[in-house]
Amino acid sequence: MKSFQGKTLSWQIRTGTIELLLDRAPCNEIGSDTLSELERFAGTLESLAQDAHALTIASARKEGFCAGADLRELYERSQALGPAQRVSGIRNFLERIHRVMRTLDAAPLTTIAAVHGVTFGGGFELALTCDLIIADKMTRFCFPELRLGLIPGFGGIPRLKRDVGNGLVRDLLLTGRSINAAKAQSVGLVSQVAAEGDALGVARATAAQIGKFDRETAIAAKRFMKPLLHDELEREIEIFCELFTRPAVEAGLRKFVESSDAQPYLP
Amino acid sequence: MTTLDQTTEEVLRLAAEHFKVPRAELNPADDFFTKLGINSLQALDLLTRLEQHFRIELPDYELQGVSDFRTLAKRIQSRL
Repeated sequence: MKSFQGKTLSWQIRTGTIELLLDRAPCNEIGSDTLSELERFAGTLESLAQDAHALTIASARKEGFCAGADLRELYERSQALGPAQRVSGIRNFLERIHRVMRTLDAAPLTTIAAVHGVTFGGGFELALTCDLIIADKMTRFCFPELRLGLIPGFGGIPRLKRDVGNGLVRDLLLTGRSINAAKAQSVGLVSQVAAEGDALGVARATAAQIGKFDRETAIAAKRFMKPLLHDELEREIEIFCELFTRPAVEAGLRKFVESSDAQPYLP
Repeated sequence: MTTLDQTTEEVLRLAAEHFKVPRAELNPADDFFTKLGINSLQALDLLTRLEQHFRIELPDYELQGVSDFRTLAKRIQSRL
């Protein structure tokens, strides 16, 4: 399928680039619908890649790229289940999203995340699967999971460790603070900073440049430069599931879901 | 050296400009969530603007419990 319009995302091929566009209110929270459509995209990617040299991932939502996992859905679904079912349910979700993320990570073309605004949690993890991150200057990156008594569960820690120094990994994880695009560029996480509203435009220009190079060479270079992280990713799922059974997590999720505080996205 | 009054004035000016409200309607003691009618995502936008303008990093946990412009300016002042 060369193009697709779903409930939460769409894709099309435009001048040799696959453009994946997230579009689910309010800020592309990743729940079961988004996961299903991401799986559909991942299942089609190898075929799409025959006609493209690059993939961009962007958001149509003005609030940002992606605010992470759909915590409301996670909380509501887990409330309907007993403790053992809760863990098996979350493990199943994590294993499915990990398969999608691994497919994106190892995609046989150059991948570019064009991000803006809120790029938090699972959204940050999605961006980290990409070969390049191009950020609007108003982007904020954050791993807020420790506020909920959890760690990032979509492969975030191994991929962040792959790309930046361990000091920054500890800083972001242990404080839960967000950083802006300029800071993210200064530590090597972001390759280019774009003017407000221009991240996708800059990503398209970058994709056009990538298209000038021999495709097989680019794929070989990517495989050499970008190690896969199977063991650490498996370990991440185990730690997440262990933590998920703790009462602090349920309390943290309930607090977030029931909050009428004006500052739920502030730590 | 920038004084707290100067920093507060800059914060008020930037907030007025970013959220398109008349500067004269904003006062240092105002609750910016209420006065500007913003949520936490929009507050993060303001934080980014302030970081860019003052060329500082202001961890967002320092904004926990801060809702008036004057206290926000104090947090910035401590990073200048």
